[in-house]
Amino acid sequence: MKSTENTMTMEATEIRPFRASFSKSELDDLRRRIAATKFPEKETVNDFSQGVPLKTIKQLTEYWANDYDLDGFEDRVNAYPQFITTIDGLDIHFVHVKSKEANALPIIITHGWPGSVIEQMKIIGPLTDPVKYGGKAEDAFDVVIPSMPGYGFSGKPTNTGWGPDHIASAWSELMQRLGYNKFLAQGGDWGALVTDQIGVLAPPGLMGIHTNMPGAVPAALDKAAFSSEPAPANLSAEERYAYDQLEFVYRHVFYAFYMASRPQTLVGLTDSPVGLATFLIDHDARSLELIARSFAGQQEGLTPDDVLDNVTLFWLTNTGVSASRLYWENKFAYFSPKGVKVPVAVSAFPDELYQCPRNWAEEAYPNLIHYNKVAKGGHFAAWEQPAILVNELRTAFRQLR
Amino acid sequence: MRTAQTTIVPTVDDPQAIRPFEVQFLQNDLDDLRQRVTATRFPEKETVDDNSQGIPLKTVKAIAKYWANDYDFGKLQRKLNAYPQFVTEIGGLDIHFIHVRAKERNALPIIITHGWPGSVLHQMKIICALANPTSYGGKAEDAFDVIIPSIPGFGFSGKPNATGWNPTRIASAWIELMKRLGYDRFVAQGGDWGALITEQIGVLAPPELIGLHTNMPAAVPAYIDRAAAFGEALPSEIPSEERQAYEDLAFVYKRVYYAHYMASRPQTLAALADSPVGMAAFMADFDARGLELIQRAFDGVEEGISRDDLLDNFSLFWLTNTAVSAGRIYWENKLPYFSPKGIEVPVAVSVFPDELYRCPKSWAEVAYPNLIHYNKLEKGGHFPAWEQPEIFVDELRNALRKLRTTKRSHENYSITI
Repeated sequence: MKSTENTMTMEATEIRPFRASFSKSELDDLRRRIAATKFPEKETVNDFSQGVPLKTIKQLTEYWANDYDLDGFEDRVNAYPQFITTIDGLDIHFVHVKSKEANALPIIITHGWPGSVIEQMKIIGPLTDPVKYGGKAEDAFDVVIPSMPGYGFSGKPTNTGWGPDHIASAWSELMQRLGYNKFLAQGGDWGALVTDQIGVLAPPGLMGIHTNMPGAVPAALDKAAFSSEPAPANLSAEERYAYDQLEFVYRHVFYAFYMASRPQTLVGLTDSPVGLATFLIDHDARSLELIARSFAGQQEGLTPDDVLDNVTLFWLTNTGVSASRLYWENKFAYFSPKGVKVPVAVSAFPDELYQCPRNWAEEAYPNLIHYNKVAKGGHFAAWEQPAILVNELRTAFRQLR
Repeated sequence: MRTAQTTIVPTVDDPQAIRPFEVQFLQNDLDDLRQRVTATRFPEKETVDDNSQGIPLKTVKAIAKYWANDYDFGKLQRKLNAYPQFVTEIGGLDIHFIHVRAKERNALPIIITHGWPGSVLHQMKIICALANPTSYGGKAEDAFDVIIPSIPGFGFSGKPNATGWNPTRIASAWIELMKRLGYDRFVAQGGDWGALITEQIGVLAPPELIGLHTNMPAAVPAYIDRAAAFGEALPSEIPSEERQAYEDLAFVYKRVYYAHYMASRPQTLAALADSPVGMAAFMADFDARGLELIQRAFDGVEEGISRDDLLDNFSLFWLTNTAVSAGRIYWENKLPYFSPKGIEVPVAVSVFPDELYRCPKSWAEVAYPNLIHYNKLEKGGHFPAWEQPEIFVDELRNALRKLRTTKRSHENYSITI
């Protein structure tokens, strides 16, 4: 694909400034749909075991309708410089913030599902301008945060083939186009799979990667957990805990298997904003609990505005289904080692889908330069615990500078 | 609210009384539905040229267009009210059912249970032929009294507000219903969830039960079921018919994540309660052959299921706001879908070619030691009463004929203790 790209016209590699802009009628239609939401009846349990409780759905709806600053959404998205460039025929949108520090390391940070560049916005300031945020000038990064194909303001693929490996090669091309001959990559969720694939590709400029969702589960254990087999007897307590987490995950991530199998059937996500929001916030047990607490008035990590900015972006770009197709495109195991040989830094958050033991990370990533279990945070580390993630990135990559 | 209203006010004194029921949809609800269908916001087109990513945009748009422009919103109510319907409270929940008695004195009572995404509408085409055989190419001695209940959370039955309404509990409610109707001998029939419920009636085996018929037999040997679910290899020595069934199942397990999703997170499908076209798309994609049949119907080749059949069923789900409550049956269920449940009563099996898996006779014989009928049909899929009512009625007449002389099942057994 790259060679085709090179034979195309000069405009094909140009980088165009981008600003989000939504019409009043789009915003009014969203408001009208939220107000007209038809709800299901209450669940028949008193916990989260049947999915998002009706009370949470109604609190979210009420906040979105009455308290959320929808008119200000556009400005919040446009707070950082954004660009679009066409790679392999597809428009790739990205936030690009250069540090004023001379030694800044370029880093490309990839969001996941159900995410967007909004997930990473809280870490832009501290990464690019560390002095202002309790860090040192020598910890500065140039930050590139792309929207994955089918997400946010990136184009929606009209053909198959945009799996994590293709996205990884597009990201490598993007960093070249931006003139970076050395760079780092970081991600969680799909961003972790994309970042691992950048590591597998190991383009000449890649210095190393950081992941907060390591693909490091030994393949046999991954298969056993998927099949709900009893944990092997020889596991350490730490491994056993991770195994039990995974076994739980495999019984709760049917949204992933559903989207991998029938993404186009989720038409309800493009027609019902509250239905979309409900589906998106039920990603994993810990983050749903966090979000439910947030809408109930107890905010830690994610605010109602954080959550609704992300959902509003999905809605206004009508990407509920196109984002799901990434699951269909993917052919990689979510959690098994991919054969990454470049330097890797791992941060293991306690509320992540599974908390990776150090020995698994050491085996999966022979060039492990950093491993740390952090005290707080879950699947959306940059969004929930930006200060902790920023500290991890500074510490992990200091030795590569 | 867009719930249907009964014309008869429930008698507070005796909730267990059998109360006549008529459907009356509110015009506001019909108008709101049409308005929502018209205002549907669609996703972009799939990136493939087949059904491998789910329901194609073209099909979704054809459904929406027909629903908004050509569908007769008044017809559903007339169609439902063409049959006598009743409600009675069982286990604290209102159970809605159609009840049509044959004029023949020897009629065999049969309770027929629908599945997901179904309703009593799935069985309407067979009611007259079963209850009045002489007008529909049959003999007087083939007559049935027909009882077609709505599963809890579906259609006009109540929505459970507590857990516990699993197939076993529904089966015991159906037994109570048949007793309440005064039947001291009956047969039971079902496919999809109806098959699981019917088999649970068979497991409970009340003395009144003289046999059952299933068009989705749970007859897969447990090790084959597991191998199919987790993509494990089969022993090489296996008859080709059984291997074919294994491959059917392996395909199904790769595609029925809607079932696993509803079993895990039914309440998260709030979009189905808010988007009629989203709900229709989700429900139209229940299995590969079924989706193809639906696509042909919207392409103008109606065989089996018509566009009106589909939209009647979707409209019923919508107007009763039961997409999520119906989804909860998957959450409630703890039984394997396809493995034997240990049924000793007489069982009749019909195998339709486009069913989720084509059950070999060898498996049916092992799963049902008292197998009284096994037949492979030429045509039909997962909803045969809806798709191929004539073939289906023929099967029920033939399969259950030999049970008509049976009084009560326990008199049939010669178990020595």
